[in-house]
Amino acid sequence: MEYLRLIGILIVIIGFALKLDSILIIFLAAVTTALVGGLGIDGLLETLGTNFVSNRSMAIFILILLVTGTLERNGLREAAAAFIHKFKNVTVGKLLCIYGAMRAFFGAFNVNFGGVAGFVRPVIMPMAEGAAENENGTVDEEYLEEIKGMAAAMENIAWFFFQVLFVGGSGALLVQSTLSGLGYEVSLIDLAKAEIPVALTALVIACIYFTLKDKRLRAKYLGKGSAAGKKAGKGGK
Amino acid sequence: MAFFADPTVSLSNKLLEIVYIIIGLITIYAGVKNLLDKKNPARFGTFVFWTSFGIVCSLGRWLPSRVSGALIIIMVIPAIFKRVQKGESNAPTKEYTQKQFARIGMKIFLPALTMGILALTFALFTQISALVGVALGVLISMIVLMCYSRDNKPVTFLKDSERLLSTMGPLCMLPQLLGALGGIFTAAGVGDIIGAIVSGIVPEGNVIAGIIVFAIGMALFTAIMGNAFGAITVMTIGVGAPCVLAYGADPVIIGMVALTCGFCGTLLTPMAANFNIVPVALLNMKERFGVIRNQAPVALIMLAVQIVYMIIFS
Repeated sequence: MEYLRLIGILIVIIGFALKLDSILIIFLAAVTTALVGGLGIDGLLETLGTNFVSNRSMAIFILILLVTGTLERNGLREAAAAFIHKFKNVTVGKLLCIYGAMRAFFGAFNVNFGGVAGFVRPVIMPMAEGAAENENGTVDEEYLEEIKGMAAAMENIAWFFFQVLFVGGSGALLVQSTLSGLGYEVSLIDLAKAEIPVALTALVIACIYFTLKDKRLRAKYLGKGSAAGKKAGKGGK
Repeated sequence: MAFFADPTVSLSNKLLEIVYIIIGLITIYAGVKNLLDKKNPARFGTFVFWTSFGIVCSLGRWLPSRVSGALIIIMVIPAIFKRVQKGESNAPTKEYTQKQFARIGMKIFLPALTMGILALTFALFTQISALVGVALGVLISMIVLMCYSRDNKPVTFLKDSERLLSTMGPLCMLPQLLGALGGIFTAAGVGDIIGAIVSGIVPEGNVIAGIIVFAIGMALFTAIMGNAFGAITVMTIGVGAPCVLAYGADPVIIGMVALTCGFCGTLLTPMAANFNIVPVALLNMKERFGVIRNQAPVALIMLAVQIVYMIIFS
């Protein structure tokens, strides 16, 4: 009957996979594990209380929210858009690399520009479409579909791997608390340092992959030499 | 008060406790604001959620653990019944943010980067927690923003944080709840049982095999669950600790890189709808897996890179 204690893990995996309410899943897993594991109601409240309180460091994001909204109110997103608009006449591949690097750098400082909805769609896509126009001033639909996929992918990859570099981010705090529960004490700054080579590699690989892919797409949909012609034609804009 | 006067408690812990009190006050403000907000469809539930959290966060050190535990149960009940909602929003208009940008311009990046810089400074050069550095960074950032524009009054920050908190909703408590769940798993001896099972599969003492199973398991579990935070707790207790860390591998590298191995799983799964499926709709794409298809090569290469990195450097 030892294995019955694993029911909590089963609840977590199945619950998330079935897209049940996340908090309900955690609540059920906690209560069942405590009861099956012999902690009882008292033990449940005691363990829950102790662990939640010792994990309060993860609430630091709430303090950061004090400025996040007000930064937005004072034109942070507009400033980011103005910055990336400085890069005119670049190919789609280059634009994505520039955006990836920018997203990564600011992500490491826990600064957000609004993700796909707030930044990629309103700022990056119009720039990318401009760069992908053929001689007739239109963008091939299949090319456009690929550009959208690549832009959203770059957004996710840069954000995922670089958000963990922020000292005080939820990911590293959760790792720190999980390890601490197992008897291993680690510091946040060491966790961030361990991740630096991984994050940089991810960005470089993404940039290489999307640059090569765009080069192939450009040759297919814009033909050879049209990029140069387009640049000359758009120079006055 | 005795706590703050106690010379045996480190300055870092005292400052951190003040930070938690401030965080608690912010969420209590959010709770009270929503209780009084007639436009909120679930005023009472929202109030209970944010206020119970605020009490545990600010007074957790002094409350008996059982009382904190009970308050957490009280906190999650309205969340489970979807009675934590948002009320009136004070979101700035596009005209306003553009006007502010015209006045402030690129200088806005300075207060945006302050928190990260201060966190690093504290972590590298002081004995005080990096989180206190983040808090000081927030304070400096607020002062800079107040200097930039007279519109930014202390209450503006409070209202803006409440707006974001309410938009994120109860799900923003996920990491902290998962952390507590991990504690319950450990207390109930879950880790030992999984360790016994897994050690039957992974050859004992073979750290390389352990790392490979841990890394791929993280990606796989995350892909199934759609959430790397849920997977990291379960997998570290079940596989990481007994099969890798028990043999002396570096917990810093193994623990941290396992999380980003999980992120590779996030990049591959439609279960992580927010990142992989919602953008398809937002960008009007035709192909449902269009984002995942573009992420897959990078995710798979990175999974391999990270396994090699863990084997070599841990």
